Amino acid sequence: MPAPLLIKNGRIIDPANTVDCVRDLLIVDGRIADPTAPPHSNSSKIQEIDAEGCWVVPGLIDMHVHLREPGEEYKEDILSGTRAAAAGGFTAVACMPNTKPVNDSRAVTALILSQAEKADARVYPVAAISKNSEGSALTEFGELKANGVVAVSDDGLPVRDSQLMRRAMEYADDHDLLVISHSEEPSLSNGVMNEGIISTRLGLKGIPTAAESIMVYREIALAECLGKRVHIAHVSCSMSAELIRSAKARGVRVTAETAPHYFTLTDEAVMGYATNAKMNPPLRAEKDRQAIRQGLADGTFDAIATDHAPHSMLEKEVEFDRAMNGIIGLETSLPLSLSLVREGVIDEQKLVELMSMNPARILGIEGGTLSAGAVADVTVINPDLAFTYTEEQVVSKSKNSPFLGEKLQGRAVYTIMGGRITHSLA
Amino acid sequence: MTTGYFFSHRHILDIEHLSADDIDFILTTAESFKEISARPIKKVPTLRGNTIINLFFEPSTRTRLSFEIAAKRMSADTFNISASTSSTTKGETLIDTARNISAMNPDIIIIRHSFSGAPHMLSQYVNAAVINAGDGTHEHPSQGLLDMMTVRQHKKRLNDLKIAIIGDILHSRVAHSDILGFLRMGSEVFVYGPGTLIPPGLQELGVTVCSSMKEAVQDADVVMTLRIQKERQNDPLLPSFREYASEYGVTAKVASWARPDALIMHPGPINRGIELMPDVADGPQSVILDQVTNGVAVRMALLYLVTGNS
Ligand SMILES: [Zn+2]
Repeated sequence: MPAPLLIKNGRIIDPANTVDCVRDLLIVDGRIADPTAPPHSNSSKIQEIDAEGCWVVPGLIDMHVHLREPGEEYKEDILSGTRAAAAGGFTAVACMPNTKPVNDSRAVTALILSQAEKADARVYPVAAISKNSEGSALTEFGELKANGVVAVSDDGLPVRDSQLMRRAMEYADDHDLLVISHSEEPSLSNGVMNEGIISTRLGLKGIPTAAESIMVYREIALAECLGKRVHIAHVSCSMSAELIRSAKARGVRVTAETAPHYFTLTDEAVMGYATNAKMNPPLRAEKDRQAIRQGLADGTFDAIATDHAPHSMLEKEVEFDRAMNGIIGLETSLPLSLSLVREGVIDEQKLVELMSMNPARILGIEGGTLSAGAVADVTVINPDLAFTYTEEQVVSKSKNSPFLGEKLQGRAVYTIMGGRITHSLA
Repeated sequence: MTTGYFFSHRHILDIEHLSADDIDFILTTAESFKEISARPIKKVPTLRGNTIINLFFEPSTRTRLSFEIAAKRMSADTFNISASTSSTTKGETLIDTARNISAMNPDIIIIRHSFSGAPHMLSQYVNAAVINAGDGTHEHPSQGLLDMMTVRQHKKRLNDLKIAIIGDILHSRVAHSDILGFLRMGSEVFVYGPGTLIPPGLQELGVTVCSSMKEAVQDADVVMTLRIQKERQNDPLLPSFREYASEYGVTAKVASWARPDALIMHPGPINRGIELMPDVADGPQSVILDQVTNGVAVRMALLYLVTGNS
């Protein structure tokens, strides 16, 4: 166990305990110490962090990343991906199963978890809903859960067969597993960017927002009629947000995440055929961006997740039609989300809910709180620290970010996982 | 021409980034080259020593021939490379190809590619000037310019005209270049076609999307008919060519709704009897062959201008 760690004079923001005050936070034996307990006896060995002017929050949790291991380690691996996570303030990530091979079995899950033992963030594997994510037969949810899987998803691919999705929701419920839906109607999504004036101007094939919202509605309809739970991944558009909002109001057990790029960028970012702005679902129109921000403010969205999707130059330095979908996001998520606080869209408590507390609760994992006795996953944020996000400082193996060269504000100055400092700007 | 005008484009990638002054200047330059093609000896030494590569990833006899004739009339050395798009999927990327070609120091690369934006990408990796000879469903700027040249020649102006564009707007890079070009020059653009072939957002550009052929063609100065691409019929865009011909084909009756001096245009090759009836295509108002002739002049002008000869 590392030496006790005292984080001094930080602004503690802990929505799980409705705390927002300036005080010290002591970490002993990898857990949060009781603030009312007497001071630590062996104070000489205490390591101190000066957090004056900084926020001290439960470690950030990204419930939707792609770590590319096994199979595409040239893009990212579990160690490099979790180093990027730590650099971005994350202490835990949930990794999607579209690796090579697909995480649809105990063996792949075990490999991921064994690599994760040395990692700089906790890694929670998400297994496939269907074998090889082919959409025909369910994977062994029971065995996968017993071996450390926290959710199931065929992310990257929609589950075309509604009956299979129904069975997945029912069977996942037996094992208290979360079903995460990559909501996309395949027959409408045969395009490379959002359908609209920009796709017309660029001569690129568009994907209408209905490709997403139709499937979001199917998942809601299934969850509602079965009384089961479903989580909608990476929501990009206004109509989906509206469907989720009204479903929640009816008491449907639906949760949802969106990603920083959807509340920051629009499809204008594709102008000039910028492949670093190519992703799925695609960047949408300004009205969608506004709707996503509104959905974050009013509780329609439970979480901000990055959909961190590393790709090498080989997949991005090509014609736009040929470029792979996805951008890296772990190192830019916090500064982009902090801008929502600066712009008054959400407050500090809400930010921590979206980036830590809620992802922990939805996935049923530890973390997301600074309660005494809780695991000491802590992020110290300097909300004012400005920096230019350059290719040289990207920690991820891949550099496919549309935010390269941008001036960003606010970042993690310390990331602490189980009492161990995994990232420090000091 | 505004005084102090300077042609500043290193590449010709699209019409979108050309100003009205640029277009005017290109067309005026093209007019001055037109006469060369009428001479008994159709050759000037203007581009002697220049190397021009025609890099065609998609077959197009017409456009390539037009560029090649333009280059040869200016005494440039031309080389044709036909690359299949599929060969680049097996290892060599467009950027590899670009770097290899660039190492041979060409002055101009003319590229035709089935993916939108490929010329933009190429232009970032080569030293040569890049001319887009048609990319995906994006633009075909030299065709747009020759269309404008043809209209200007007959109408003596490019502003305050009603331009009707009929047919497959969605897949037509020619339509996209024409729309942007004619709007930029101060004319009005009306489009009509099946809903499946009208791309979203055209109104935001200032185009009038019509709900009937009559609305589009009534009193038009120009009726531009587009080629229906038979190879695009895997997506259920049209029930049949028969129905297309009867509802969206430009017949003599349709043409009679336009102004009596209206021009009938088509980028070719024509599906006679589908989008354009033979009597109209070959009738007195048709300027389709003028378009072809002007194509050489416009391309001569572009080659001349991108080599820094303005
Ligand atoms: Zn997904």
